[in-house]
Amino acid sequence: MSAHLRTSSSTSRVPSKTVEIHIRRRANPDAPQTWERFEIPYRPNLNIISCLMEIQQNPVTKEGTRTTPPVWQMNCLEQVCGICTMVINGRARQSCSALVDNLEQPITLEPMSKFPNVRDLVVDRSQMFDHLRRVHAWVELDGTHDLGPGPRMDQEDVQERYAYSRCMTCGCCLEACPQYEDDNYIGPQAIAQVRLFNMHPTGKMNRDERLEGIMEDDGITNCGNAQNCVKACPMNIPLTKAIYEENRETVIYGLFGWLKR
Amino acid sequence: MATNGIKIAIVGGGLAGLAAAMKIAEAGHAVDLFSIVPVKRSHSVCAQGGINGAVNTKGEGDSTWEHFDDTVYGGDFLANQPPAKAMCEMAPSIIYLFDRMGVPFSRTAEGLLDFRRFGGTKHHRTAFAGASTGQQLLYALDEQVRRHEAAGKVKKYEHWEVLSLILDDHQVCRGLTAMNLQTLEIKAFPADAVIMATGGPGLIYGKSTNSMVCTGSAVSACYQQGAKYANGEFIQVHPTSIPGEDKLRLMSESARGEGGRVWVPRQKGEQRAPSAIPEKERWYFLEEKYPAYGNLVPRDIATREIFQVCLDGMGVSGENQVFLDVTHIPADVLDRKLGAILEIYEMFVGDDPHHVPMRIFPGVHYSMGGLWVDFNQRTNISGLLAAGECDYSIHGANRLGANSLVSCVYGGFIAAPAAIEWATNVPHNGSDGARVYESELQRQEEINAALIKQSGTENQYVLHQEMGKWMTDNVTVVRYNEKLKATDQKLLELIDRYQHISINDSNLWATMALPHARHLKNMLDLARVITLGALNRNESRGAHYKPDFPERDDENWLKTTIAEYSGEGPVFSYEPVDVSLIPPRKRDYSKGKKT
Repeated sequence: MSAHLRTSSSTSRVPSKTVEIHIRRRANPDAPQTWERFEIPYRPNLNIISCLMEIQQNPVTKEGTRTTPPVWQMNCLEQVCGICTMVINGRARQSCSALVDNLEQPITLEPMSKFPNVRDLVVDRSQMFDHLRRVHAWVELDGTHDLGPGPRMDQEDVQERYAYSRCMTCGCCLEACPQYEDDNYIGPQAIAQVRLFNMHPTGKMNRDERLEGIMEDDGITNCGNAQNCVKACPMNIPLTKAIYEENRETVIYGLFGWLKR
Repeated sequence: MATNGIKIAIVGGGLAGLAAAMKIAEAGHAVDLFSIVPVKRSHSVCAQGGINGAVNTKGEGDSTWEHFDDTVYGGDFLANQPPAKAMCEMAPSIIYLFDRMGVPFSRTAEGLLDFRRFGGTKHHRTAFAGASTGQQLLYALDEQVRRHEAAGKVKKYEHWEVLSLILDDHQVCRGLTAMNLQTLEIKAFPADAVIMATGGPGLIYGKSTNSMVCTGSAVSACYQQGAKYANGEFIQVHPTSIPGEDKLRLMSESARGEGGRVWVPRQKGEQRAPSAIPEKERWYFLEEKYPAYGNLVPRDIATREIFQVCLDGMGVSGENQVFLDVTHIPADVLDRKLGAILEIYEMFVGDDPHHVPMRIFPGVHYSMGGLWVDFNQRTNISGLLAAGECDYSIHGANRLGANSLVSCVYGGFIAAPAAIEWATNVPHNGSDGARVYESELQRQEEINAALIKQSGTENQYVLHQEMGKWMTDNVTVVRYNEKLKATDQKLLELIDRYQHISINDSNLWATMALPHARHLKNMLDLARVITLGALNRNESRGAHYKPDFPERDDENWLKTTIAEYSGEGPVFSYEPVDVSLIPPRKRDYSKGKKT
C-alpha cells in the first residue's frame, strides 16, 4: 500500500546515500550528557521520527558500537499533539514534521533546554500545564447539563480565538524566550491562553482571576520583548499580540481594579 | 474530595475519558485518571472534520431521527439501535455544551453555529472548528477537567500505563495495576469502578492514521482477563490518507464535505500535470457511480472504489494513489474551513493543495469493534465500563464521518453515571481485599521480570512490522478466507517468536522497549480476534468485504460477533442485533435514501 508521494523539492542539496544524525544522550536526570553519532540509509520522505525508529530497531553508532536505543516521545505524528518537540539543528520544533530533505547534515537532535531532562530527548513539561491551572484557562460553567447554545459570536472574533486555541503546549515559544528560565517568567504560552479566554463572552466574566495569575512576580511584566516566541511558534499563534493585549488589560486592572473591591 | 468516598478510575484521557471524568467530578466523586501521555496530547486531537448533531439550523428538515437513520443505515444495520438512537438524540446538546465551554466553532452570518456536510448524509449536520475539531473539543474537556483537578476532585496519573484489571474471586473489578513509564514501578490502584476509554488499536496494522499510543494494549489485557470483545473484524479503512514512512496521515472527509472531488485521469499512464488534464478526460468515479451521494458516500464504499481503481491500474502515475482535488474551491473558503488539514498536507508532502490536487490512498483508521458493553456502557465484568472507540456500540459495520467525536462524549456521559451507580451500590471489599491487589501486582511484576531476563535473537520491532504488514495486506479492504487463515498462522508464529525477543535497552529508566514489548504481546492477541472474526463471517457488510461472499446476509449474519479469551485463542459466539426501531434494508447510495 505504499506510494511515493514526494518529488524532491530541494534542488540545492543533493541527498546523500546516508543520513548522519548526532544525538545528545543522557541516561537519566543525574547522568552527564554525551553525544552519539548514527548513520542510517537515506530514503526519500524521511522525517526525524522515521530516523529515530530506524535507530531504535538497531541501536548501533556510526562507529559500530552497540548502544542503548535513544528515547524520545511521540504520538500523533501530525504536528497537533506537540509531544515530539526537540531541538533539531539548534531550533526547537516537532520531530514529526522535520523532514530530512530540508535539513542540513549532520542533523543534531537535542532535548529542549528549558525543561528538566528525563532521558535522552525526553523532557518534563508539566510546568506548562501547571501554568494553565494557575491562569484559570477555562470557562466557568454552571454545570454540564443542557442549557442550550452558548452566546452568538461574530465569525471574525471566532477566528481570532481559534488562532490562540490551537496552542498544543509544545514549549517551542518557551525554549526560544530569553526570559523563560528558572521560574522567573510565566511565558507567552500561558499569556496567550489568558487572551483566549478573556476574549470569550462567558470567559470574560472571570477575567480578573486570570489577570491576577499573570500579575505576580514572574508575570507578564517580565517579558523582555525579544519577540522570539512568535517566530518559534509552529502554529503561528500571534503570541506577541496576546502579550500586548494582556499587558494593556493588566495595566488597566492594576490602575482601576481596586475600585471594584 | 469525594462526598461519600467513591473513587472511579478512568483509563485514557481522550474525549471519552475526559467526558466521563468531568461528569464524575461534577457529581462530587473522586477520579483517578490514567494516561500514557499528558491527556492534552491524546489521539482525539487528530480528529479533524467535525462533530455530528441534528441541530437543523439550515432549514433542511434535519432531525435526530434522520441522524439516527443515517447512522444505522451507514453502519449496514449491525449496530444495536437503542444506543445509536440515544446518541443522536443527545448530540445537539453535546454540541451546545462545547459551545458554552468556548470551543471556537465556525459561525454563520447571524453568529450561529455553522454546519457542513459529511459522508453518508444529505444534511448539513457537522459542527466544526476550522479543520481541527477534535483538537478543539479535547482542549475544551481538558480545560474543564483541569478545573476539577484544581479543585482536588481529579488526580491525574500521566505517563502511567495501565497493565491489567484487579478482579476479585467473584470476577468483580476492584481496581487496576499501572506502570510508571519512567521508573517502571508497578502499583495497584484500588477503585470502585473502572472506565476504559483507551481508543482504538490501529497500531496492530503497523502504520495507520492512529497515534502511537493507539495499540489497544489495555483493552486486550481486559479481554485476556475475561472481558468480551465484540465485532473485532470491523475495521474502518479511511478512503483518504497520506501515505508516509512512519504513519498514514489523515486527510479529513471534510475536504469532500466542502466540495472536494476524487478523480483519476481517464487515460492509463497519463503524463500531463493534473491541471493540464481537461475536465472530460478526468474520471470522477465516485460521482459517476453514486450520483445521489457522489464523493460523500460512506467510507467503506469510497475506500473500496479507490482501492479497486488502483488495483485496475488506473491509479495516478500507475501507483496506489488517486487525486483528491480542492483546487476549484475559493482560497478564502479553503483557508477558513480546511486550513489546518491543508497545512498538514503541504508540510508533509510539499505540494500546496490550493493549487495541486492532493494524492491520497486509503489507510486503516478506526475500529468499530471493541469491548462489548450493554446499553449503559457496562462490560460483562462487573465494575468495568468502557466508552469511546474502545467499545463496540453505536457504529455497527461502518462508522459515519463525524460520528466518532459525538460517540466518544456520549459514551463518557453514559458511562459516568453508570459507574457512579455501580460504585455506590457495590459491597466494598471484604477482608480478603488486600490479597487480590497483591497477587495481581505480583503477576505483573513477574511479567516484567521475565521480559527483562529473557534473551533471544528476535527483534520486537521487526515482529511488530511483520504483524502490521500481514494485517494490512490481508485484513483490511478486501478479505479472502485463505489469506485470513494464513494470517492467523502467521500471528501464531509471531506469538511463538515473541518468546525469543530480547529487550534491546540495558537502561530501564524511561525505556521505550519494555512497554513496547508488552504492547506487542497484547496486540498479537487482539490481532487474532480481528482476523478470526473476519474469517468466520462469510458475508459482506460495511467495512467487512469478501469477494467470495459479496452480499450482506441478514439471515445468517445479522448478529454481533463476540470473542472471549481462552488459552488456545479466541472463542466465538454470536448474539442478535437489536433492530427494533428501523427494519434493516439494503444499502444503496446510488439513489437517495428512502426511510
